[in-house]
Amino acid sequence: MAGTGKAHLSQGETVLRIEDLFVEFPVGRSGLKVSAVAGISIDVREGETLGLVGESGCGKSTLGKAIMQIVRANSGHVMFGDIDLMTLQGEELRQTRPRLQMIFQDPISSLNPRRRVGKIVREGLDIWKIGDEASRQAKVLEVLEVVGIDAEAAIGRRPHEFSGGQCQRISIARAVATEPRVIICDEPVSALDVSVQAQILNLLEDMKARYGLTLVFIAHDLAVVKNISDRVAVMYLGKLCEIATPDDLYASPAHPYTAALLSAIPVADPEVNPTLRGGVGGEIPSPLAPPSGCRFRTRCPLATEKCAEEEPQIQEIRPNHFVACHFPLAEGQELPALEANIA
Amino acid sequence: MSAESFAESSATTPSSDAPLLVVNNLKTYFKTDRGLVRAVDGVSFTLERGRTLGVVGESGSGKTVLARSIMGLLPKRDVERSGSVKFEGVELVGADNSLMAQYWGDQMAMVFQDPMTSLNPVMRVGKQITEGLRQHLDISKDHANQTALALLSSVGIPEPERRLRQYPHEMSGGMRQRVMIAIAIACGPKLLFADEPTTALDVTVQAQILDLLQTQQRDRYMAMILVTHDLGVVAGRTDEIAVMYAGKIVEKAPTKVLFSNLRHPYTEALLSSIPKISDPSHTRLKTIGGRPPNLINPPTGCKFSPRCAYATDKCRTEEPPLSAPDSDGHQFSCWFPVELSAKQTSGVR
Amino acid sequence: MRDPLPDHGEELIHLMHDSEARSDVPADSVTQHFAAVSAGTVKAKKKGLTIGAWIAVGWMTLLILAAILAPVLPIPDPINDANPLKAAQGPTLNHIFGLDGNGRDVFSRIIWGARNSLFIAFAAVITGFIIGGALGLISGYFKGRVGGVLGALTDILLAFPQLVLALAVVSFLGRTVFNVTMALAIVSIPILARITRASTLSWSERDFVTAARAQGAGHIRTMLREILPNVLPAMLSIALLGIAVAIVAEASLSLVGAGVKPDVTTWGNVIFSGQAYLREAPSMVLFPSMVIFFTVYALNYLGDVLRATFDVRESAL
Repeated sequence: MAGTGKAHLSQGETVLRIEDLFVEFPVGRSGLKVSAVAGISIDVREGETLGLVGESGCGKSTLGKAIMQIVRANSGHVMFGDIDLMTLQGEELRQTRPRLQMIFQDPISSLNPRRRVGKIVREGLDIWKIGDEASRQAKVLEVLEVVGIDAEAAIGRRPHEFSGGQCQRISIARAVATEPRVIICDEPVSALDVSVQAQILNLLEDMKARYGLTLVFIAHDLAVVKNISDRVAVMYLGKLCEIATPDDLYASPAHPYTAALLSAIPVADPEVNPTLRGGVGGEIPSPLAPPSGCRFRTRCPLATEKCAEEEPQIQEIRPNHFVACHFPLAEGQELPALEANIA
Repeated sequence: MSAESFAESSATTPSSDAPLLVVNNLKTYFKTDRGLVRAVDGVSFTLERGRTLGVVGESGSGKTVLARSIMGLLPKRDVERSGSVKFEGVELVGADNSLMAQYWGDQMAMVFQDPMTSLNPVMRVGKQITEGLRQHLDISKDHANQTALALLSSVGIPEPERRLRQYPHEMSGGMRQRVMIAIAIACGPKLLFADEPTTALDVTVQAQILDLLQTQQRDRYMAMILVTHDLGVVAGRTDEIAVMYAGKIVEKAPTKVLFSNLRHPYTEALLSSIPKISDPSHTRLKTIGGRPPNLINPPTGCKFSPRCAYATDKCRTEEPPLSAPDSDGHQFSCWFPVELSAKQTSGVR
Repeated sequence: MRDPLPDHGEELIHLMHDSEARSDVPADSVTQHFAAVSAGTVKAKKKGLTIGAWIAVGWMTLLILAAILAPVLPIPDPINDANPLKAAQGPTLNHIFGLDGNGRDVFSRIIWGARNSLFIAFAAVITGFIIGGALGLISGYFKGRVGGVLGALTDILLAFPQLVLALAVVSFLGRTVFNVTMALAIVSIPILARITRASTLSWSERDFVTAARAQGAGHIRTMLREILPNVLPAMLSIALLGIAVAIVAEASLSLVGAGVKPDVTTWGNVIFSGQAYLREAPSMVLFPSMVIFFTVYALNYLGDVLRATFDVRESAL
């Protein structure tokens, strides 16, 4: 799963265009480096929701933070419109902030416990001195109402008086207050109960329609990603595996890792015997010493020597369906069942 | 407590033909400054040997407190526990810790959600497994080490000799959960609680751990109570499912019956609010309005009535009892149960 | 199997936290309950203060009022109203704490002493609070080179034996109120810097700090508006203990002859002047010592109350 290559980048208008992005973190003073994002290229089109999905350690959150420039990448380009965010520093970078916003996983940690909700949502407007006092207050009330919070009652309260779901709504209100073009959503529903999760997913769809947003939606739950995305990119160990429209990707995954992920999802149907599914064993290898060639080969039931020697390039196997694999699965082809379960 | 007195206490009751676990009207309240939190409010069920029960609910439903209350793992201070929990006929509510210590590990064990915090970070994994073995089974150190080795390989840990000498932080999340399972099954408990055992794990690892729990449960003929918020986790892996809401079981049925013929509006709503992989992208999700109930001042009547699409005045004033099991073993507490089958209403494939 | 009881509180809190995070239940009841039970702070978290806390607050209020009002209170002058004929007397109706070696009223001297001792302690710790707090906030927020240098500086200051440091400052610059205050301030700076830094480090990991940066907040705005309000309770709690320590340190400096000159009445000087008469009139040492004891105890207690209140609040988040 190498995922290098740019065959999947579109020629037309993009809001965000990430090219050859590398992010490495030093590990203590050992001199070792974790390569969290290893040469990713991806684009986000105007008005779409791009889903980024993968297990922990695949680099999806780091990618999101590197786009935001909260984590500075080691090399590569992050084109936001026609500005390369990677070349900006300090004040210039700060000027781009209101256009690019973020929603976090932990709704409670993402709100300052000692500030009142009204102030939290107003922060961006205050920083950028958007409008006068009255119009800022009106904007705060508007966005809070839109996300389904009783604004008048909420502005004077502190975050701990709200539930997790409500805190996430407030986070969304804060993010849209400065009228951004793009919002990076980093696992926005994974800390929520299922019933609340559905409310937030619906809300994000509504906000997207209302404010004409472009979303990058990062999550580990494939069903959630499918529900909200227009295109889905699957990541593994800092590399891109596969990128396609959700209906196509989920119906006929071409990358063995995507197929394994899909088969591992617990299905709420007792007629499906979960132990007979195809899948992969083992766990993600250490990002300190990623496998050579295709990074997924150590767990891949289809791996050959070629996979160890040569990193697969992203190729288009069907219209709008790109995969980085030497031996992509054909439509209808399934992974062999897990040996452990057969035995 | 010595083995002798333990034998004595179990001799007073007919243990062999009693069901493994009978929970009757179990209540567990927490005293807080804001009032009494009714975390578990009158739960009854029976679990036979070797059977698996899935307990499903959202946070605040009381599912976790129920598991801990049955096992007697709650702090004594500021906790009111009443009702009855009979394990092989022996009453555990009100039992002191020395009696409970005979049960913990030996008769019943628990696998926790977060393997990182439930393992001792400064003790080698091998020692953590053998400790319980030697305490309960009174075996030699060598024998315990051999058993630990066998346990680690049986839970699918490669190179068990090396792993025995490692500390928890040297292992991945999945490996740690395997170690937790090894510790839990070490003394051959008859009842295993798994409290959200895979919530902290990745999808591919989650599937492996659930498979492991299932094989261990079958091979060892353990009964298992699998506590989770995810109906998908219990669907293919349990004999029966109990759905909890506001500290009560609102619906309980054999797994297949529940999914094909669900009756409680909450179960229906829960199922339909999960995004389904089989649905096309951008399918509008059905949501449950409102918020989970306040456990200090719960709504009158049916606890779900403020959020229920079908609620009437009767629901808001009169609490429906959990019905007696029908011919399928299906129980629910609702005045106006859902008539349609789950497949028609929720579109589960 | 591991005995499940001993560390179970922690597991429960963790569990309750986890489930709380994914919940739509207000983050109060159960989470708070377990956090409180396990932290043993159930009492402290109750609305309002306990009796002990009220007594401590009452004592400090009384003391501070007396210190401020000393010039207008109907008490003898602590320096000039000397009467060598009635030197070193025990408590009487007219002089409830007795008279010192120069026949001065000990009660009056304690109140005037409070005026100077509390001023020195408060001024020292407030200076330490501002400078140490700023150092800690900056070094905790900028984790890179700036943080490293400031952190090392703090460590060096901490490594100095504190009393020796204060002694050196006072004997080098002279025994004035200002110099003693500065000496104690220098001692309190690294302590406050350390605490602030530790607390800042943990708070700046939170998502809301990242969120503020993503909103376009500058570093100073982020530090002052997002981090400082969260770090403040820990700083205040340590500052209260710091005041207590400074009071004792001032007295200790006087006893070794390195405090403020005897013509200024401080608690240290009151005790120092009573030293010679320990046999004849132990009250001269006993009463001021008791006042110091109660004050230090009250401040320590209030520091704990402050921390407990704020701890539970945090755990409820």
